[in-house]
Amino acid sequence: MSMETSLPRTELTSPVGRGRIASSDAIRVRGDGGPAIDGSSSPQPSPDTGGNRAERAAIKNPRSEPHFVRIAIITIAIAFLSIFVVLPLILVFAQAFSKGINAYFAALSDPEALSAIRLTLLVAAISVSLNLVFGVIAAWAIAKFEFAGKTVLISLIDLPFSVSPVISGLVFVLLFGAQGFFGAFLASHGVQVLFAVPGIALATLFVTFPFVARALIPLMQEQGTQEEEAAISLGASGLQTFFRVTLPNIKWGLLYGVLLCNARAMGEFGAVSVVSGHVRGLTNTMPLLVEILYNEYQFVASFAVASLLAMLALITLIAKTLLERRLDERDVP
Amino acid sequence: MTIEVRQLRKNFGSFAALDGVDLKVADGELLALLGPSGSGKTTLLRIIAGLDWPDTGEVTFDGENALSRGAGERHVGFVFQHYALFRHMSVFENVAFGLRVQPRRVRKSDAAIRARVKELLDLVQLDWLADRYPSQLSGGQRQRIALARALAIEPRILLLDEPFGALDAKVRKELRQWLRSLHEQIRMTSIFVTHDQEEALEVANRVVVMDKGKIEQMGTPNDVYDNPASAFVHGFIGESIELAVDVADGEVRIGGEALPLAAQGHASGPSKLFVRRHDMQVAPAGAGALQGAVTRVRSFGPVQRAEVLLARAKVAIEIDAPRDQDLRPGDQVGLSPRRYRIFAA
Repeated sequence: MSMETSLPRTELTSPVGRGRIASSDAIRVRGDGGPAIDGSSSPQPSPDTGGNRAERAAIKNPRSEPHFVRIAIITIAIAFLSIFVVLPLILVFAQAFSKGINAYFAALSDPEALSAIRLTLLVAAISVSLNLVFGVIAAWAIAKFEFAGKTVLISLIDLPFSVSPVISGLVFVLLFGAQGFFGAFLASHGVQVLFAVPGIALATLFVTFPFVARALIPLMQEQGTQEEEAAISLGASGLQTFFRVTLPNIKWGLLYGVLLCNARAMGEFGAVSVVSGHVRGLTNTMPLLVEILYNEYQFVASFAVASLLAMLALITLIAKTLLERRLDERDVP
Repeated sequence: MTIEVRQLRKNFGSFAALDGVDLKVADGELLALLGPSGSGKTTLLRIIAGLDWPDTGEVTFDGENALSRGAGERHVGFVFQHYALFRHMSVFENVAFGLRVQPRRVRKSDAAIRARVKELLDLVQLDWLADRYPSQLSGGQRQRIALARALAIEPRILLLDEPFGALDAKVRKELRQWLRSLHEQIRMTSIFVTHDQEEALEVANRVVVMDKGKIEQMGTPNDVYDNPASAFVHGFIGESIELAVDVADGEVRIGGEALPLAAQGHASGPSKLFVRRHDMQVAPAGAGALQGAVTRVRSFGPVQRAEVLLARAKVAIEIDAPRDQDLRPGDQVGLSPRRYRIFAA
């Protein structure tokens, strides 16, 4: 019986995958997997664990740095983070509230600000939902099938990450601008892409494409196709298999990708700046409005909008931390 | 349900996983596909299940073409090597899955599904685990849940891919006996894939030995063990002593010296002599077909295993002798095979 109970733990060690998730597995295995492996070959009495602990301490010793080195390193890290991350964040809020809470809310309820908020939410909703679909499809194709050109596809998915956002924006000007590739066709049909919502959504879509796919590929590769095959052989249709087996297995990874995708979609500046045309009250997203207001010396208004983006960042950060914990414990629902 | 496979071929790139396989499985049979990894046994199983398609060939169930139907329409219960339990579902939901995804018009009521799952969990003796998740189970328990899940759809055929491959030796033995008694209970046509000869010989009614995409031999466990059809089967099943010999003019020669053994009708040329370890009898020095010196003796269980360096062939072989036989390192001994087989090399 002791053999049986030790089995699942030893098995946790075998399906070690790649990336961040795998590394946390490895940590867990080192934590309690060691004794479990011992136990399955020959049940060891408890005195041995005492010896193990002493041994572990002995192994750990040469690794530990002198006390002052540790303090120095920690101090530097904290000081750096305070100056470059925490302080700017505080300053954003300090500036936003510098003329009082009424001025803050007045700035946010300005029609231009409201329009920017609406546009940002709309563009984020469009690009996140489309990227959700494309990302799942791309990750599915890469993780579950073998085909020629797979490595090319993987590099292409990463392209938006490696290209400057300004270029990403310019690409769409070249495609949809008046002199662009589709320009004449669009003009003759009276469709306005550039300097309008479609252009902004397209640029955002392009820039944020990798997030969902990137979050899913390692997860889906690790999970393989066996559960899907099992579902199919049990009589499930393709859609049933996807919604009952695949989706529940990737839901936390998917949410993680969506979260990062959303943060970037709302915060994107460069690509959107190129295609937006900066029409006041119409094609300004929140990041664009922040810059415009700042350039017009409207510091309170500028930082009030900026504070919303900062809050989005904080919420994203907290949600991300919670999700990462979920992803690490994904074996126990 | 009978299964028939005719001239099945399947290539993965330039690698021939199946190279013209013919196989008939009788109703209610428990068949083992035995072979080394890469022999094509899992590919064959997956094609029968509908998880893979052959390049050419036919698969029929009770005379009906099975290849025109998808995996879900074949009513085949498949148990995966690594169980493939749905990790986000409880044991109960895992077993219920096949019943819940049925089209609405044939789907059972919730109460009927509950009763059926309960029945299956009783069958695999794990009803007390219904609310657990796969990650909380031991390997042996997962395997049995995977089996219960496969049986839930009332399959006509049960296919198991290396069912005990990932388990430790003790659990393996228990599950083996359990699977055999389960098969006696439900009498379903079943095929399981294994690379473990002991498992195949112990569990199956009939064993199919495969190598390099081809069937080398089919037969009862006794048949396959006692009358291997090829050098590969002799070497793969049971522990054998393999000696390179020359057959010339009806004589068997080793290192130029003729042995007092019959050539079993083999034509002249380089050949292989196979003897089971326990079929090699120890005789006084000078007697027997082969001469050698004992170099090492180890005892375990009912036998002692002696390493003998053959004088003429200059190779060391291991033989199994009874424990009460007096063998010590340094002894000169004669060896005579009780039974042996010769295959052309």
